[in-house]
Amino acid sequence: MSDSTAIAQGASAGAAPHGEHPSYQRHHFETVGQQFDATNFAMWIFLLTEVMFFGGLFTSYLIMRNWYYRAFVEGSHQLSILWGTANTTVLIISSFTMAMAVWSAQMRRKGALLLFLGLTFLLGIAFLGIKGIEWHEKWVKHHVPGIHQYSEQAFLNPASDPEVFKEYHDKPLSPGMAQKTEEYFFLYFAMTGMHALHMVIGVCLLVYIFIRARTGAYTNGHFTFVENFGLYWHFVDIIWIFLYPLLYLISRY
Amino acid sequence: MSHISPVLWQFLVKWLTNFSLFPPEASKVAPQMDALYFFMVLISLVGLTVVILLIVSFSVLYNKKRHPVAVQIEGSTLLEATWTIIPLGLFLITFVWGALLYFRIYTPPANAMNIYVVGKQWMWKIEHPGGQHEIDALHVPIGRPVQLTIISQDVFHSFSIPAFRVKREAIPGRYTSVWFEATVPGTYHLFCTQYCGTNHSQMIGEVVAMKPDDFRQWLQGSTSGNSLAQDGERLFASLSCNACHNPRPDSRGPNLVGIYGSHLTLASGETVTVDDAFLRQAILNPSEHVTPGYAPIMPTYQGQISEEGVFALVEYLKHLDSDYRIQQTLNTTVLPADNEGSPAPGAKGSKAPGEVKQ
Amino acid sequence: MSAATIVTLPDQATARIPKMNFLTKENGLLSWLLTGDHKRIATLYLISITFFFFIGGALAGLIRLELLTPQNDLVAADTYNKLFSMHGLIMVFFFLVPSVPATIGNFLMPMMVGAKDLALPKINLLSWYLYVIGGLMMLWTMCVGGVDTGWTFTTPLSTHYLNTHVVSAAMSVFVAGFSSILTGLNFIVTIHKMRCPGMTWFRLPLFVWSNYAASILMVLGTPVLAITLTLVALERIFHIGVFDPAFGGDPLLFQHLFWFYSHPAVYIMILPGFGVISEVISTFSRKRVFGYTAVAFSSVAIAVFGFFVWAHHMFIMGISNYSALVFSLLTMLVAVPSAIKIYNWAFTLYKGSITFETPMLYAIGFMGLFTIGGLTGVFLGATGTDIHLTETYFVVAHFHFVMVGGMLMSFLAGIHFWWPKWTGRMYPEKISQLAALTTFIGFNLTFFPQFILGTLGMPRRYAAYPPEFQVLNVFSTAGATVLGIGYLLPILYLTWSLKYGAIAGDNPWHATGLEWQTQSPPLTENFPEIPIMDHEAYDYEWLERMERKEVASV
Repeated sequence: MSDSTAIAQGASAGAAPHGEHPSYQRHHFETVGQQFDATNFAMWIFLLTEVMFFGGLFTSYLIMRNWYYRAFVEGSHQLSILWGTANTTVLIISSFTMAMAVWSAQMRRKGALLLFLGLTFLLGIAFLGIKGIEWHEKWVKHHVPGIHQYSEQAFLNPASDPEVFKEYHDKPLSPGMAQKTEEYFFLYFAMTGMHALHMVIGVCLLVYIFIRARTGAYTNGHFTFVENFGLYWHFVDIIWIFLYPLLYLISRY
Repeated sequence: MSHISPVLWQFLVKWLTNFSLFPPEASKVAPQMDALYFFMVLISLVGLTVVILLIVSFSVLYNKKRHPVAVQIEGSTLLEATWTIIPLGLFLITFVWGALLYFRIYTPPANAMNIYVVGKQWMWKIEHPGGQHEIDALHVPIGRPVQLTIISQDVFHSFSIPAFRVKREAIPGRYTSVWFEATVPGTYHLFCTQYCGTNHSQMIGEVVAMKPDDFRQWLQGSTSGNSLAQDGERLFASLSCNACHNPRPDSRGPNLVGIYGSHLTLASGETVTVDDAFLRQAILNPSEHVTPGYAPIMPTYQGQISEEGVFALVEYLKHLDSDYRIQQTLNTTVLPADNEGSPAPGAKGSKAPGEVKQ
Repeated sequence: MSAATIVTLPDQATARIPKMNFLTKENGLLSWLLTGDHKRIATLYLISITFFFFIGGALAGLIRLELLTPQNDLVAADTYNKLFSMHGLIMVFFFLVPSVPATIGNFLMPMMVGAKDLALPKINLLSWYLYVIGGLMMLWTMCVGGVDTGWTFTTPLSTHYLNTHVVSAAMSVFVAGFSSILTGLNFIVTIHKMRCPGMTWFRLPLFVWSNYAASILMVLGTPVLAITLTLVALERIFHIGVFDPAFGGDPLLFQHLFWFYSHPAVYIMILPGFGVISEVISTFSRKRVFGYTAVAFSSVAIAVFGFFVWAHHMFIMGISNYSALVFSLLTMLVAVPSAIKIYNWAFTLYKGSITFETPMLYAIGFMGLFTIGGLTGVFLGATGTDIHLTETYFVVAHFHFVMVGGMLMSFLAGIHFWWPKWTGRMYPEKISQLAALTTFIGFNLTFFPQFILGTLGMPRRYAAYPPEFQVLNVFSTAGATVLGIGYLLPILYLTWSLKYGAIAGDNPWHATGLEWQTQSPPLTENFPEIPIMDHEAYDYEWLERMERKEVASV
């Protein structure tokens, strides 16, 4: 029972009360290894949850795409492959810098950690910026469903949108099908929106990690949080790797 | 004791005379359903009795007073196998039996007479082929299979006739069907069993099963003058469907004579059987159901025809077996002005479509 | 029957509740609101789910009152629709899903695996806060006018045809869903990574196994519900979406996605209850659970099969006849593990030394009621009879037998069983036996007539009904009154016992679980030192040796 008072001090009190443990070991774990294992495992299970979460969206997407294939093709022609590819590249690079950040934390290199975290942060912002540009374009063209007067003009009469027409020479869709492009854009916004939400959460966490990393929090051998965040970041990246072909490259296989 | 309040007394009498424990069996499938039902009741009773017997007898035999020291037993593979295999076997029997019943209820016989049902918040609209319209009531003859083609025009509903043991969901945008053959004349409950909003519990009606002669009489007494197919014909003309779907060699749409029940290969390469559901889709979403050789010019009729109208058109097309009838409609319709290919014969423009009969 | 008992209490004249325990460790509201201790979080959960249970119960009472007469007279149809919707939503998402796992499970899981706490204490606290936020959103929804979609949110009714507070209700369930995801995640990690030395998988108490199975369902199923409800909310806000046929959406897609979660959800609700029953039956018959491995694996089997039966909610909805066939077959398969469990529990009694304290009474009641609930599930799983019985009161009776007769009985069994461990004090035995009996009688009177009503064809969710159904409805309402008393009693005497109950000592039941080998109420870190598991679960001979040694050393 005397044990309980000692434990009450908790991890925050530093290494003094229990000299045999590192300060970052939580009291209810027996060893640092167990703590690392447990939190890492938890992160994987959380990602499994996330897979199921996006799974519902992907299922809806596949059914709708199967039904309204033409609308989805012409809807996707409205997206800029250039921006999409740029964003894919940005995310893949950011995954690399994130992996480097984890490595730096493991190697206890504070400077490198801060550098790579910073780079990842910038790339994340860049991704969101590009996404914002793309969304803005949709807004201008009245392709945001539900609000802002959705316009089917570009699908009923593709020539009215010369830039896209020049590239794809789409045939006009029948009015019924043209209406279904709204379904495509609904899913486009739902999926990229949900993904962007995950990016925003990720970027916020990066700021938090960056601030804590400056005090050396992750370069003292306790890099679990950075590593788990890395898993999250890669996961969000992978989701995009699926979104990109599904949304941008429908007619190109 | 003898002083029961008269109100309470009346209440009790009313209760006891107006009290049921089992629904009437009024269709051909009802006794079959009940056989399976009672088989499962039997299984359940046996299963439950076994469990209760075990619990009670063990509780008595191995009560702490009588049996102060427990004997540790690990388990028994034999027993585990027993209570895995026996329930599994029984469940599989119910599965097969149930599946046979399910297929019977949802596979209508070819000679069934078709009645159309539209569900909406909060009523049932019934369309007989003879043109009789009913609301919240369904009259059917006994001894004759009746197939219901059901759709909802707003939310999910469910068409349930407990006395016939049949039920089918009315789904927006999609036909479902169910059939039954009433056996006992009488009036039975018709319920909407899928929650559909405020007046869900008022979406009820009655099903009247009648002897064939009575039914014939009822049909004659309730006719609106036009059969459903005639309504469809009128609609076919007034929507100018016949401007394109006609037997002329230069027509812009496929001729629809004898189309019902045929097999079509669409422009998309898909092969379909022309049934009620296909016709509905082809009318509401024509661009996805283009016949090869024709341009996809047909506009959608989504939102322009009520579900009853679609039913009427389907019924019309079902019975469309000669070009003669389309010719008749052509003679009485003003065709669109931009229809430069074919002259618009008989410009009796003001003639009301209602008069289009032979 | 009542004379024989296994309870031994310490000498009340000298016994004291240990000064240092998780309840007295720190004081003040903040020490509770910021706690990481799983036992305190479990206590917070217990208080909050009890609160929601009584709200849900009050709504149920109003529903039964309305159904006393065939006419729609006590409340308007709209109000009635709101009543059953709120009743369903609150009971499912704010009582049944978190009931056993988040309270009893939270309290016991670390102790049963021999750990000081769950793997992620902060996440555990976060899960409670999410629950509370979700709950407050639901209460807010109720206060501003409620929602009348039914707990199933059926589209396109929920997305376009109702003007009640669907979005806030959906978001409330969304938030509560994440609370249950986090609980499940925490359990899985704890069971995998936090077991004490010697605690192999097959030495785990069956309570842990069944919660493990439920956790898998929570983690994999709940996110699908979350995204489905998000899509419903988006569709409602933007008037475009994937569920409404008017825009080319598919209303059956919603049914598939919703039931993909909501069928496993019934196993989320019942599996932890199975765990409680295993513990209780073993303890009060002084025997290892008959066929330990079979019971453990049947939980996992239920979790696995549970994911592949969802479309049996849609047999009459126009899915193809052949997919109905497949889903019906799988439904029959998922019924088997439940049968295995029931018979294993029954045979646990065989050659035991049985006593009938309150938890045991609840457990026996559970076995009877769950058997009925499970078997009537077969009526609905068989495609043919499902046509007649689905969407009627038969379904209502069926799932209340499973959820209330099964889950609530096991929850109460568990609360009584672990009450002395949780509070250090015994509940009063006589009155609680009376409460158990009242609950059992009231329950049967309430819900058994509903099977007959369903067979007669009375549709569910009806505010008014044909007069020939009245007699049975009156029985049902009368039973609900009795049931209500049965539920009020425990809250009264359990509260009373907090101050006046007899001091329980460490192990009043002489149970074998690790949680009973520490003081009551336990220390914040559960054990003075991490235990070493050197025996099988439910080893009563080991316990006897231990107790003899203790007596000798005193």
